[in-house]
Amino acid sequence: MDLTLTPKHRALREEVDAFIAAHRGAAPRPGGGRKRPDRKALDWQALLLEHGYFARTIPREYGGFGAPHDVIELAIIADAFSRAGISPGIHNQGISMLVPTLLEVGTEEQKRRWIGPTIRGETIWCQGYSEPGSGSDLAAAQTRAVVEDGHFVINGQKIWTSSAHFADMMFLLCRTEPDKSKHAGLSYLLLPMSAPGIEVRPLRTMTGRAEFNETFFTDVRVPVDQIVMGRGDGWHVANVTLKYERMLLGDPNKLQQRLEAIRRMMEQPGADGARLLDRAEWRDRLLRLQGEVIAARNHNMRLLTETAEGVDSGLGRFIVKYHGTMLAHRLASLALDVMGSTGLLYEPQGEVAEDDPATTWQIDYMYDIGLIIGGGSSNIQKNIIGERGLGLPREPKAAVPAGRN
Amino acid sequence: MRFGLTEDQGLFGRSLRGFLADRLPLDALRRLAETGTGFDAELWRGLGELGLHGLLVPEEHGGAGLGMLDAALAAEALGYHAAPAPFAAALVMAVQAFRSAGDAEQQRQWLPRIAQGQARIGLGFAGLAGQTGRAALRLEGGRLSGALDGLMDGGEATHFLAYLPDGRAALIEAGAPGVTATLRRSVDRTRALVDLDLAGAAPVALLQSSNDPLAAARRVRDAGRVMLAADTLGAAQNMLDRAVAYAKERVQFGRVIGSFQGVKYMCADMATMLEPCRAMVWYAAYAQDAVPEEAAMVAAHAKAHLAEVGREVARLATEVHGGMGFTDLLGLHHQFKRITFDRQVLGGPERCRHDAAVAQGWVAA
Repeated sequence: MDLTLTPKHRALREEVDAFIAAHRGAAPRPGGGRKRPDRKALDWQALLLEHGYFARTIPREYGGFGAPHDVIELAIIADAFSRAGISPGIHNQGISMLVPTLLEVGTEEQKRRWIGPTIRGETIWCQGYSEPGSGSDLAAAQTRAVVEDGHFVINGQKIWTSSAHFADMMFLLCRTEPDKSKHAGLSYLLLPMSAPGIEVRPLRTMTGRAEFNETFFTDVRVPVDQIVMGRGDGWHVANVTLKYERMLLGDPNKLQQRLEAIRRMMEQPGADGARLLDRAEWRDRLLRLQGEVIAARNHNMRLLTETAEGVDSGLGRFIVKYHGTMLAHRLASLALDVMGSTGLLYEPQGEVAEDDPATTWQIDYMYDIGLIIGGGSSNIQKNIIGERGLGLPREPKAAVPAGRN
Repeated sequence: MRFGLTEDQGLFGRSLRGFLADRLPLDALRRLAETGTGFDAELWRGLGELGLHGLLVPEEHGGAGLGMLDAALAAEALGYHAAPAPFAAALVMAVQAFRSAGDAEQQRQWLPRIAQGQARIGLGFAGLAGQTGRAALRLEGGRLSGALDGLMDGGEATHFLAYLPDGRAALIEAGAPGVTATLRRSVDRTRALVDLDLAGAAPVALLQSSNDPLAAARRVRDAGRVMLAADTLGAAQNMLDRAVAYAKERVQFGRVIGSFQGVKYMCADMATMLEPCRAMVWYAAYAQDAVPEEAAMVAAHAKAHLAEVGREVARLATEVHGGMGFTDLLGLHHQFKRITFDRQVLGGPERCRHDAAVAQGWVAA
């Protein structure tokens, strides 16, 4: 264990703090991954990229900052932004899931073409994974693509495609090898949402908004080279993406941001002039969550070190999504309780404008349940933790009733 | 920079766990736990041969001069095997006390004796750490009187280090005139508590060299809290490991029970709670040596969080074993009780979280 800040690290911390002090007026509020980035968010993103506070270790030729991997540097930057309570940049599915997937298994051409515009927030991606008949059982996907004159021709339906209504591109898991076994018959394609034959229908959720969609494909044509790895490798690629999705969903920096936001609320005098932070029962609720957030952040540092050293964290990694999403929901729960009845006021502003804090917390509180379910539900995570992490045997298959499969 | 153990630390933890696994099979543990003193001369000697006595004692005083993270790894191993051996107070807090508040002569005189395993110091901290029990000591004319309850590692102690309300600490000999030490067997038969009644006892040393005795005392408290958190981590990991092993071999309804999601999810929940605790304990220990501005806060949080997680794991792991978990036959209860003990000494979770709030300036002490 050596977390000593070298003079270089101390200089970086001062540099980031000075940057934030100088530019915080230009920063959008944290969050907002559920909307297309507006001008303010794009300008902020460009500023962060220029200074290396975003995509710091992504090579320059792909549009990143090209710094060597240094866990402490990343921690210093993340910490400075969460302490200041301002946006650390855009986090969407393209940036947090597709970009690391391409870095891991993409071709040189794919990296050069897609990573730059994606991390700049210009190209928005959505994820074509779940189908009405394959949710938790993702590998059962039935959306099909057949090859005709140099193109994949896609037919089928996806569901829970968040951001599809404003996305430019989709990464799609579909069946290209129907003769092969369930897992070996899938491929991972990249396609523009403007392609003829794609129809996006909004799916209104409990938040009152339509963060998700149903996406229908009718003879949608994609050149055959728009595939990540090869035909039949889709399940492998999809799992690379899922690995990053689960790390994103359990991101401890988001937890820290929330904790700090709640603490600031509790420091404000209420209508009676008293601060909730001064009341033991409220303070203890915040402190309990703070302890858990500290554990999550320490754990994340350990995982980052293991990743940098080429160690597969196994169990340590499998728990992140389940642990992080449950903790995020408990943080949002405390935030609602802190706001009390004034936090019930709910006026979502639609797709572009910023929501007020009460509405944002209410949306988070509800949307968090979506995150607990999405990306592999908590029960799927517990299967993975139990089976792959702890080596417990799989559930034996039960017979499927006649007429259902 | 890296967040993880060194190769040496990994090796140290493994060799200590190997030694304890060898020395403490269940029948041996059961026999040693009968006394309830939390001490066994042979085990103590063996741990000394592995270098545990002088782990934190500086090399100039005959120790290994290692750090708090190394000590936490030792505490974790001791907790894993529910070892009846003085450690948190006798070998960590006492050393910390001498180093932060003892003068050069006191350090020269006592640290080598700790490193050689000759001085086994029970330590009482009651009031300053929020531990329940009597905590009314006074020092008048160089004589110590009053009562102090719940000393740790006091079972077969040669000396007691008793903290005064002002943060100074008095070292007294176990058998000295005016010293009545009553052994209280705790629910954790691998560790005892000692209640002290003093009537004009003469200290052999008074640790008062710090400019800020209360701050020095709090550093000793924090070191102890990290050790108890590490002890709980080890005990809970043991219970989880055994629950998983049992779930892989126990058959009901024609299936190993670990294939039932109900059982599998209990194990997954335990792992999910416990795994982040490992990094938390590492950091809390490291911070005691390297991050003074966070040391009190993370020690308090680690102690409180491990207490909460430990309690859950203790219940769930017992449940996975079904009725067998409740018997003496499997001996799972030694770790269960270890976790029970760790939670209450040096302040329960509510008190520890309060101290974390104080350390961050959220609230006045």
